[in-house]
Amino acid sequence: MNRHLTPNLILGAILVALVVGVAGLSLIWTPHDHALMNIRERFGAPSDVHWLGTDQLGRDIVSQLMVAARNSMTVALIAVLMGGSIGVALGLLASALGGWFEDLIMRVADIGFAFPALLFAIMLSAVFGPSLWVAVLAIAFINIPVFARVTRGAANVIWTRDYVAAARAAGQGRFAISRDHILPNVAAPVIVQATIEFAIAILAEAALSYLGLGAQPPSPSWGRMLSEAQTLMFMAPQLAIYPGLCIMAAVLGFSLLGDALRDLTDPRLTRSRQA
Amino acid sequence: MSAILDVRAVSRRYSLPRRSLLRSGPVLTAVDRVSFTLERGRTLGIVGESGSGKSTLARMIMAFEAPDEGEVRFDGRTLHTLPAGELRLLRRSFQMVFQDPWGSLDPRRTVAWSIAEPLRATGADQVGRRVDEALDQVGLRAEDGRKYPHEFSGGQRQRIAIARAIVTRPALLVADEAVSALDVSVQAQILNLLMDLQEELGLAMVFISHDLPVVACLADHVLVMRAGRPVEAGATAGLIAAPRDDYTKSLLAAGGLMP
Amino acid sequence: MIALSDVSVGFDGARALRDVTLSVARGERLGIVGESGSGKSMLGLAMMGMVPDAARIAGEIVLDGTAMSGAPERVWRRARARKVAMIFQEPMAALNPLQRLGETVMEPLLVHQGLGRSAARARTLELFDEVGIPDPEARLRQYPHEISGGQRQRVLIALSLTCDPALLIADEPTTALDAHVALRIIELLVRLADKRRMALVFISHDLAAVARATERIAVMYGGEIVEGGPTPAVLAAPRHPYTRGLLGARPGIGGQTPGRDADGRRKRLPTIPGSVPPLSLLPAGCRFAGRCAVELSHCAAVRPEPYRLPDGRFAACHLLGAGT
Repeated sequence: MNRHLTPNLILGAILVALVVGVAGLSLIWTPHDHALMNIRERFGAPSDVHWLGTDQLGRDIVSQLMVAARNSMTVALIAVLMGGSIGVALGLLASALGGWFEDLIMRVADIGFAFPALLFAIMLSAVFGPSLWVAVLAIAFINIPVFARVTRGAANVIWTRDYVAAARAAGQGRFAISRDHILPNVAAPVIVQATIEFAIAILAEAALSYLGLGAQPPSPSWGRMLSEAQTLMFMAPQLAIYPGLCIMAAVLGFSLLGDALRDLTDPRLTRSRQA
Repeated sequence: MSAILDVRAVSRRYSLPRRSLLRSGPVLTAVDRVSFTLERGRTLGIVGESGSGKSTLARMIMAFEAPDEGEVRFDGRTLHTLPAGELRLLRRSFQMVFQDPWGSLDPRRTVAWSIAEPLRATGADQVGRRVDEALDQVGLRAEDGRKYPHEFSGGQRQRIAIARAIVTRPALLVADEAVSALDVSVQAQILNLLMDLQEELGLAMVFISHDLPVVACLADHVLVMRAGRPVEAGATAGLIAAPRDDYTKSLLAAGGLMP
Repeated sequence: MIALSDVSVGFDGARALRDVTLSVARGERLGIVGESGSGKSMLGLAMMGMVPDAARIAGEIVLDGTAMSGAPERVWRRARARKVAMIFQEPMAALNPLQRLGETVMEPLLVHQGLGRSAARARTLELFDEVGIPDPEARLRQYPHEISGGQRQRVLIALSLTCDPALLIADEPTTALDAHVALRIIELLVRLADKRRMALVFISHDLAAVARATERIAVMYGGEIVEGGPTPAVLAAPRHPYTRGLLGARPGIGGQTPGRDADGRRKRLPTIPGSVPPLSLLPAGCRFAGRCAVELSHCAAVRPEPYRLPDGRFAACHLLGAGT
């Protein structure tokens, strides 16, 4: 299956493995305590001890980036899982019931689409105070309509298949058909979408943290590292460059992986059956 | 003999999308006052080309759709007024075989799973034994049940679809273009299989096709439809020997070798 | 017009075509009949120089006096623009849904024939008229979805005629159509072949359609032509066991009357046992060995030569060599 191993897939998989691996590693080991300050060693240059140097408070940059990767992955994973499962359920339900119910769900989804996630995050932090959970909820919320739409679109196609008619002829109800036939057959496009949404979630988490609506100190985050480095742009540009590169690598990795998965599962690109 | 299926003056209309804001869209009458009865163990052939309404009729017989007028009575019960739960249980008595052997089996389910579906849905017991029996009846082996649909040829898939349709031991089988997608030599095998099963199980059959010669080889009676209306009906031998309607004549001529 | 001798098309380990020899003259109509996997579509593609890149092709193809074997794509492309045209089973798939029918048909006239816009338009109207499209002026402005399947096939035939082809290859052109529409399309193809002195290769699984459309027939099985000759003679008295089986299996053709026999059982159709094996598992000798009702002991191992029969017929079967 060599023709499936596209450069997109290989590069995407490597980047994703790298980011996820580093995030996982940070659970058991970082070179230093990421929050340990040492004012005497601030703006330290890369060395054997601090591989990428230290920041304005003398904290180890590698350790911070590693823990930030973990935070970023956690937020994206929980948000995509939450938004995904609610969205998929709504999409399946809309497709199964049809009629005014489907119209209602899809119009609400349209409104959800149009509602800025940032505004929602600001509203949430006004109520609960800013935290990582605000970021999770806000990102999950914007994911619901995306998944509802993708699921419903794919499900509507599956509902027209003869094997679904056969299941109806067999006496299966709508919910049993949704569970037995629709869900397994929409899984591929939903998983592809999830990968792409994961990339968007990483970016959204960085943006929210940059604005102070995400991870709170001392818990590091790429977005907040970026915002803190902003004022020091001319003194220590590397402080902005490192988290920027991390965000880029993670987003690019998941985007490429999503694109490659979409190409793999697109029936138009798989060879049609020889007549 | 009693009628297993009694179709009484059924009509089905669809409203097409409106073309202007002010007027409602045109209405398409897909099936227009069609009636027939089918005895137990007998076969009715329904012949027509695209747009004849034959598939809409099949969907009404299968109670996927309710008629706008008239009624479909199965074994003395009007299908579209039955409560949903009762209809689901009754479904084990009338089953369907579809045209496309590539589309009528869920690609992600094993053959045995698909064949067992009507049994599970109606809460039957001894599922495994009956699936093996159905596979045997259609000329497949019990081991084939563990495979997936893509491992089979078109003809074998149609055998699987037939196994699923007979596993509940129905009284009526509706076959909508069930052999149209198959090669000629495979088509003959499937037609013979349907004849075998009909004799073995005492099935009544509604066999729907665009192909009059195919219908003639297994139907006792034939109903010819065009644009939703019945144009000619009668016992197969008489209808083949002396078709009265020009449309029937043209359908008969199309299948023959001589111009 | 086109002559193939010993043309084979192979994919790794399997041969989709094996030593196919045939020729079609100007104005002649040849039918190619076969089931799925018989190689009939691959044969059509070989005649267009369009076999897939992964395939190896051997043998001689002579098109209008020019040897095309091993010819580069550029030469084939020129031939396709000027001499050979092809129509397919699904007319909707072959038409651009976003392009008006007039634009579609005028495009090759503008590009390949170098006509001006008004000349191309006039030519398109002529072609629409020739293929029996009513109200051609109005059709120019319509889109594919606005006309029926039969009309779409006519538009595609008009499109194939833009290059004034000497050879038209029709691959299952009537399969997607209703019977009476299919009959009209066949009549049109026959008329065009006669009037334009155009060679027609009509590929189909449908014996009835081929019977009407063609003068000569080639029956294919397993990538080979197993029987050939004048269409009426072959269909009236097939000599190859496969052709016999195929004709017998088709209801309404083999002469059997439907109904019930004396003890009330419905009459069964004669069948060919089994199904077409995958290309890679075909026997080395006669491709039909293993499914044949009258097989001899050496059939699976020894390949039968095509035996010449009277009136230009031939069949590749050992039984004929045995003097029966």
